Amino acid sequence: MTLETRLRDRRDAGRKLLMPYVTGGITPTWVDYLRAFADAGADAIEVGLPFSDPTLDGVTIQQATDAALARGATARDILGDISGLEHDVPLVASTYYNLVVHDGPERFCAALRDAGVTGLIVPDLPLDEAGDLEDAAASAGIDLVLLASPATPQPRLDEIARRSRGFIYAVSLMGTTGERSVVAESATTLASRIKRSTERPVMVGFGISTPEHAVEAARSADGVIVGAAVMRRVLDGAIPHDVGADLARMRRALDQERDRR
Amino acid sequence: MSDPGRQGRFGEYGGGYVPESLVAACREVEEAFREAWVDPGFRGSLARLLAVHIGRPTPLTPVRRLSAELGINLLLKREDLAHTGSHKINNVTGQALLASRMGKTRLIAETGAGQHGVATATVAALLGLKATVFMGERDIERQALNVFRMRMLGAEVIPVGTGSRTLKDATSQAMRHWVGATEDSYYCVGSVIGPHPYPWMVRTFQRVIGDEARGQCASELSTGVPDYVVACVGGGSNAAGTFAGFVDTSARLVGVEAEGGAGAALGRAGVLHGARSLFLQDGHGQIVEAHSVAAGLDYPGVGPEHAYLRDLGRARYVTVTDDEAISALVRLARTEGIVPAIESAHAVAWVIRAAGAGELPSGATVLLTLSGRGDKDVSTLKEQL
Ligand SMILES: Cc1ncc(COP(=O)(O)O)c(C=O)c1O
Repeated sequence: MTLETRLRDRRDAGRKLLMPYVTGGITPTWVDYLRAFADAGADAIEVGLPFSDPTLDGVTIQQATDAALARGATARDILGDISGLEHDVPLVASTYYNLVVHDGPERFCAALRDAGVTGLIVPDLPLDEAGDLEDAAASAGIDLVLLASPATPQPRLDEIARRSRGFIYAVSLMGTTGERSVVAESATTLASRIKRSTERPVMVGFGISTPEHAVEAARSADGVIVGAAVMRRVLDGAIPHDVGADLARMRRALDQERDRR
Repeated sequence: MSDPGRQGRFGEYGGGYVPESLVAACREVEEAFREAWVDPGFRGSLARLLAVHIGRPTPLTPVRRLSAELGINLLLKREDLAHTGSHKINNVTGQALLASRMGKTRLIAETGAGQHGVATATVAALLGLKATVFMGERDIERQALNVFRMRMLGAEVIPVGTGSRTLKDATSQAMRHWVGATEDSYYCVGSVIGPHPYPWMVRTFQRVIGDEARGQCASELSTGVPDYVVACVGGGSNAAGTFAGFVDTSARLVGVEAEGGAGAALGRAGVLHGARSLFLQDGHGQIVEAHSVAAGLDYPGVGPEHAYLRDLGRARYVTVTDDEAISALVRLARTEGIVPAIESAHAVAWVIRAAGAGELPSGATVLLTLSGRGDKDVSTLKEQL
């Protein structure tokens, strides 16, 4: 089943989607985080393939990236770790375009497919440069997720919504990844604009840090992506069980909000 | 070396690999630049500032004693004599005027040697703009004089402590900062790197070096054009500006990189800081940190147009070591009374080596862009000598 079908089915059944992020290879037993996230009710999990120069990431994910690279983590090893896993949650790889160029889009996507990954996010690859990877991803059965930003004008937003696969990643604010104290107003506006343009799931990410944030952001979108808030806990030494418990709280908040409506 | 079009392509290189949040900002810069460049009013203001504030045209200096020692005819294009001490100000003057025209109130910049930072702080002061400069902690230590100058000029200097703590990470941090500040701030990129339109726009603003030198060579040399045109290459802006004036001649173009930062000579194709170009990478596609005594050359890549010129075979890219650069610096100082920046000394070092090895035929005419002066480097030199 494709990532998109899976997310649509769940969304159409009335569920708000939750997608946590983990930097691949951050600890020797990092796949335990995947298991904990799955148990906590994640609808998909984003796995970061660390790149030396993460120009769209704030301090937290930069630190996580540095830690993984300092351990010697490589995309190949991370995909190897994943391919041995028993899991029922779609995995979405995220990385910067240089790693794709390094292997070449075809080989890169084939490696993702062989590891059981069904989606891909490349934050420094805008629509205008995405053609090669869109083709390679489509032939490998990988959904290439495109990002939209509060600065994206409407006609371009329509094209992003049309060409994105899996879901549309709504970047909540003009800034980098990182924990924030409130959900930016721009998140709601952007998610609503995208929703008007497409049936595809719309996920809001960047800065979603608490269950309250998740509920608020998910009101105008189909779900949320939680990255830096998770990685802050991981960097502070939280074991998978504890990070899973945080996510379970977010899950419950999202579900309760649905039941209340 | 022409207009790379809307997609900003130099062959397979260039382009705009930026987060969606910066796409609109890059377009806005491109539109504004295209408009300004054909506006006689803008061109007139720029030409006037270059003349009355920067001190252009810079001289072309025939160096008699070193030439005699090397058995060649060496001419220096004296960017070290431009206001603030390097070529960086040519580009900054153009971009800062553009920023003002766009209604932006603040310039953001990255800097390695601090020359681009100082130039940015200077022109910001002149035009009444604010300036925020990102600089690696390692460079802050070794280019302390320039940090002081920037602050004195009223700029905010933000230390970058991540990764290499040099130019690469300063550039990453400046880009991150710009994502959250596009409304009122203009990113003033310091070399021919970054997403479209920067590599093209920066080369266009720097081409004043090559155009002046072409005219000066025409009156100085019986042959009209030199046999060789040589410049040091960090990101490649002084080289690109120089080459642009000679690319349609028979002159051989040589870019000189630091051995530890040789993106063009030793890199492979990749994407960093918004462009597809040549970068030093490990076997897994991670960018490798550069290492050079010259903070301005301490960058693991090169601008996309240089990658293209290399592939075409129109320019060649060579490397020199830290030691070669330092002894070339001292030799130029003692034969000609000119203390170049350590960056510029790399170009001098290659000429000295190539003349000694017979690679430059005896009597060859060589135009070398001396990109900056060495005042900023005294503390490094004290350690090295
Ligand atoms: C004096 C001088 N020369 C050369 C450079 C390298 O830059 P580029 O290759 O863009 O000319 C610098 C950069 O800081 C510099 O200060």
